[in-house]
Amino acid sequence: MIKAILIFNNHGKPRLSKFYEHYTEDTEQQIIRETFHLVSKRDENICNFLEGGLLIGGSENKLIYRHYATLYFVFCVDSSESELGILDLIQVFVETLDKCFENVCELDLIFHMDKVHNILAEMVMGGMVLETNMSEIITQAEAHNKMEKSETFIFQCPRQDR
Amino acid sequence: MALKIVKGSIDRMFDKNLQDLVRGIRNHKEDEAKYISTCIDEIKQELKQDNIAVKANAVCKLTYLQMLGYDVSWAAFNIVEVMSSSKFTYKRIGYLAASQCFHEGTDVIMLTTNQIRKDLSSPNQYDTGVALTGLSCFVTPDLARDLANDIMTLMSHTKPYIRKKAVLIMYKVFLKYPESLRPAFPRLKEKLEDPDPGVQSAAVNVICELARRNPKNYLSLAPLFFKLMTSSTNNWVLIKIIKLFGALTPLEPRLGKKLIEPLTNLIHSTSAMSLLYECVNTVIAVLISLSSGMPNHSASIQLCVQKLRILIEDSDQNLKYLGLLAMSKILKTHPKSVQSHKDLILQCLDDKDESIRLRALDLLYGMVSKKNLMEIVKKLMLHVDKAEGTTYRDELLTKIIDICSQSNYQYITNFEWYISILVELTRLEGTRHGHLIASQMLDVAIRVKAIRGFAVAQMATLLDNAHLLTGNTQRNGICEVLYAAAWICGEFSEHLEDPMQTLEAMLRPKVATLPGHIQAVYVQNAAKLFATVLQKHEGETDSQAAQETSQLLIDRLPLFVQSANLEVQERASCILQLVKYIQKLQQKNVEVAEEVTALFAGELNPVAPKAQKKVPIPEGLDLDAWINEPPSESESEDEKPKVVFAKEEPKHYRSRHTEVDEKELARRREVRKQEQANNPFYIKASPSSQKVYDAPGVEHIPVVQIDLSVPLKVPGMPMSDQYLKLEEERRQKEKAERKKKEKKKKREKRGKGRKADSGPESEEDITPAHQVDIVTEEMPENALPSDDDDKDPNDPHKALDIDLDKPLADSEKLPVRTHRPEVLKSPAEDRDSKSVPQETKKKSSKEKKEKKKDKEKDRKRSKEEKKKKKKHKEVEEELLESQPEEAVQSEETKEAAAPPTSTSAEASDLDFWLSSAPVPPAAAQEVTAPSSAAAVDTSSAAAPESEPDEPKDTEPEDTKSSKHKKKKQKKEKEEKEKKKKKRHHHHHHHGDAGGEDSVQNGTVEEEEPLPPMSNYSLLAENSYIKMVYDIQGNHQDESKVVVSVIFENKSDSFLKSMEFNVLDSLNSKLQRPEGAGPHDGLTVPFQLPPGVSNEARFVFSVQSIVMPQKLKGTLTFIVKSDESSTHEKLDFKLHFTCTSYLITTPCYSDAYAKLLESGDLKGSSLRLEGINMPFHHLLARICFHHHFSVVERIDSCASMYSRSIQGHHVCLLVKTSDQTVSIDAKCDEPSLLGNVLDEIKQTFSKC
Repeated sequence: MIKAILIFNNHGKPRLSKFYEHYTEDTEQQIIRETFHLVSKRDENICNFLEGGLLIGGSENKLIYRHYATLYFVFCVDSSESELGILDLIQVFVETLDKCFENVCELDLIFHMDKVHNILAEMVMGGMVLETNMSEIITQAEAHNKMEKSETFIFQCPRQDR
Repeated sequence: MALKIVKGSIDRMFDKNLQDLVRGIRNHKEDEAKYISTCIDEIKQELKQDNIAVKANAVCKLTYLQMLGYDVSWAAFNIVEVMSSSKFTYKRIGYLAASQCFHEGTDVIMLTTNQIRKDLSSPNQYDTGVALTGLSCFVTPDLARDLANDIMTLMSHTKPYIRKKAVLIMYKVFLKYPESLRPAFPRLKEKLEDPDPGVQSAAVNVICELARRNPKNYLSLAPLFFKLMTSSTNNWVLIKIIKLFGALTPLEPRLGKKLIEPLTNLIHSTSAMSLLYECVNTVIAVLISLSSGMPNHSASIQLCVQKLRILIEDSDQNLKYLGLLAMSKILKTHPKSVQSHKDLILQCLDDKDESIRLRALDLLYGMVSKKNLMEIVKKLMLHVDKAEGTTYRDELLTKIIDICSQSNYQYITNFEWYISILVELTRLEGTRHGHLIASQMLDVAIRVKAIRGFAVAQMATLLDNAHLLTGNTQRNGICEVLYAAAWICGEFSEHLEDPMQTLEAMLRPKVATLPGHIQAVYVQNAAKLFATVLQKHEGETDSQAAQETSQLLIDRLPLFVQSANLEVQERASCILQLVKYIQKLQQKNVEVAEEVTALFAGELNPVAPKAQKKVPIPEGLDLDAWINEPPSESESEDEKPKVVFAKEEPKHYRSRHTEVDEKELARRREVRKQEQANNPFYIKASPSSQKVYDAPGVEHIPVVQIDLSVPLKVPGMPMSDQYLKLEEERRQKEKAERKKKEKKKKREKRGKGRKADSGPESEEDITPAHQVDIVTEEMPENALPSDDDDKDPNDPHKALDIDLDKPLADSEKLPVRTHRPEVLKSPAEDRDSKSVPQETKKKSSKEKKEKKKDKEKDRKRSKEEKKKKKKHKEVEEELLESQPEEAVQSEETKEAAAPPTSTSAEASDLDFWLSSAPVPPAAAQEVTAPSSAAAVDTSSAAAPESEPDEPKDTEPEDTKSSKHKKKKQKKEKEEKEKKKKKRHHHHHHHGDAGGEDSVQNGTVEEEEPLPPMSNYSLLAENSYIKMVYDIQGNHQDESKVVVSVIFENKSDSFLKSMEFNVLDSLNSKLQRPEGAGPHDGLTVPFQLPPGVSNEARFVFSVQSIVMPQKLKGTLTFIVKSDESSTHEKLDFKLHFTCTSYLITTPCYSDAYAKLLESGDLKGSSLRLEGINMPFHHLLARICFHHHFSVVERIDSCASMYSRSIQGHHVCLLVKTSDQTVSIDAKCDEPSLLGNVLDEIKQTFSKC
């Protein structure tokens, strides 16, 4: 099971947080901070696994993360997930974002958190991996967009994207 | 309306959207909180508007703010509104928000049930998908219960996209509503072989997740997973399966043997590191499960270790980390193969990556032996000195202590060395683990008697140099050590060389700066030391010195009396008074030493941590029993005047009782002693000799030649190193001695001399330097040796520990909205039924407010309902249903579950599969099918003691349309296997396999597995739809039967508006809702997407049940395809057999005998020829198809019982010889009996 998926930047600002277990907003923020603290002090080329922080299950859980430019992608998983598998999954996630946003950068995530959530929902559902095939994920995300667009045209004036 | 929409969208242009919000926050870096609070105010305004687009936008922004840590639960109701929008875009926003902030405590969740149900059955697959995704995040036990059935239907959806989501979410449903696991499991299992890889992967995922927590329940799936493992190419699936096997192998070693080969093949062939790693991991798990007695697996171990070495040497830190992780698993069972890579692991200690260093440390823990312990610890001590971060250094410290103390100090040969190590560790600055070191010191000093002298000397030095430890207040973690030091010096003061000096050190004013609990120990142990000193002086008749000592205490103790710490104060003043008194006595020249020492006499022994828990309950103690009988409620006091003597009598009894008890007790004590003496598990009270090292001729080895002041004062070489050298010398010497001896021996018997040649020293060769007596921890008398006291009762997965192989009982059905014609709809409910939260369309605000009130009411009501019985709740909920056609109609949307195969069948399948010699992967699949056939030969000797199971299990099962399912399965399976299966079924005269059931006891192993059975028979079928049905009686109502009909959509179109109607007869009538005419049809409460099947239930009232009956009926429905929709109808005939009026009822043999004796029953009999099936199959069939239960079975004769819904008893006596079966039957209603017998005859003539 995946317990949580967190994306934050080099300064610990959350860009996406998805918890598959319930925590209060305060605890969630603490977990993000704690995780950032754990992850950010690690050097670039050391291993991408570490034991989870105390707030999110401690040594029972593992943090598996990747660092891309300004963003950390952190998956908090329990022992039923394969470490290398999750590492691959993060790669798939990022590549999918790259395809969907065309050269994704932090700004895309900042302004389109909802879209990122929707893409993520096609990969991971309720803490379990739903789909690992990138083209399948993209197909579904595009189908969603198409539906959204058709509704926009019928029901409301097109709105200029500022 | 249209105008309003346009106006709404124009309004929207002036609202902030998510992007604007984010931009705004970024532009207000200094006063972010203030800006956000104004935004929240705006959002609140937006939420008040009617326009759903505005609301959705607001909710979207809230989702963002939630991520930033703002509580948005106040908007939960608005989120529900947005969720129920008809537009996908908004619905998705709503569900996303809900998934982010709803949880079990959110009360509006209960308003969503119907909305979610509607979305789940939406014709738009993306609506369904979004609902499933959202639900997966906030499913509650209530939602799980109410929606389990709907989700289960979706598991067979035509679109793989929906199927995979439905399969995945089932895991969450199981967690929240464990009762759903058994009914849903067969279908889940079916999905393992879904043609779509995504669905397959999801099913594997769910089952792995389930099996990880309760592996034993999933062992029977091993063959299926094995097949998947050898056929799948999806690495993700493979990894999951291989991980699952890792969890299963410990339970079934034979499985491990079977796995080794395909796994090693995968290890050799795969290029994916992740897969390779998991394979290695599982091979390790297999090897652990096989552990001993498998010499030929050394090749596999070698392969693993070799692959892991490659991983560890890789430049990729991730692989290095995982390699070490896996290595530590091998270590547990095959330490030798890992120890050869010690170099590599020690090298990893220098890695720049802390996690890798920690892993390497873990490994070292397992790699130590008596031989290399000192060497490894020395290396670690070096690292301790070098380590910068305190966390890592603390980790090192704990590891050193762990390594040394593991398994009761097994590897320590020289405890003086260990004490010195501990003393050296006290020099660590700023460690948090002072108490750990302290507890080690205490433990060693108490348990290793031989070391006490040395330990006391060291501790005295520590106390003397306490200022070194406490000099810096920041490092107070380490001053815990002084606690141990003071206690050891006090308790074992007889070993002190100069107790006076130590006493003086313990009473220094500086001590007052130590934490209170340490001071307290200081004071207490000062008193002990005082006693020792007194004794010493009086022995030397040095009364002057003795009095000086008393004076010292009297001078110093007042400092402690003033302490703010209560404990210190109390002890100090107590001891001060004592000493003052002693001083008085001393001045009178009274000898006091002996009496003072007596204060502290007696030895303390260590007590095992679990000792308290293990104290057995004394015999005869029953804590639940009443001490005084409570006054009985039925008897009122004034009923009988009480006799005066009545009070006395019980007392008398009691005293007599105790007399008996005393004798009895003495006797029991004797018996117990006997028992204890004979019980090998009983831990005797005397200090056990468990760990006494037998070291002949060690006494003369010089050990204690070290200057005792060395440890703290000499800055150069740490003293523990000296031990290392000493130890080496000692070993050399011993070795030399041994060689001498061996040479002698060799000379004596030259013949086989070479064998004992000393290569590298083996473990046992190293003798400890001390005659060490490690005192074992004390346990209470009669302690039970059990260790099963560490299961977490709060684990949610415990609820899922459910036997999945047991056939489904009738009571185990997913709750469905049940139709109860008896329940009248009150006008109030009627009104409510129209006001449930679906309509978020544009309406006047006034109307809306009203609605809100209603909703509030609903919420309150549903809270109340929760308390009521479940059934009631379901009924009411149904009435609350907003869609009119649903609200009125009778229905039971029950998707039947195919019951799992019988236990015995599974068990023998698994046994066969496991016992067969390793088969090539391709053949493995075939093996499963003929396995049961192979068992046929042995089954004729069916064990007599194996009786068909409790009647509960024999109850009719709701099975899915069997033929349909079989077809599906067959399609997927290979041609070859298909043939085999067919033959197999033919053998049992079975055409209608699929839904399976059994009446077998789980314990029966040698019996032939039962062929699958189903009670559903075909009702009618055309090119669009197929109906199968089953009729069941009901205990509660003697005039009603329930007809369950499974509708299966065979076409490519959507079927809707199905209406079920029956022409009533005088005797049997379809129950229609209040107000419906006698000829009106009932609407089937669901629609059928292509390929989907679902079940509905209809209640019929019957008057006479002695005759079978047929009712004509019609199903009308609309076929809706893309272009057109047509009305279709299908006629059918419902056949009410007499059997369907029977209900499986258990009956005990004595009651059964009475019944037969009563003579009210009339008899009849039946002979069946040419029945070629095992007797237990025959019984199972009668039980299953005709709702009987077995009362008693003796060899080939059995008595059976059933009861009709109107209370007629039906008794059967079934006998078999050769191929003839004779049934003698008795019943109080002859015509019913005749018909039942006819039906039984028919059943057997069919096969």
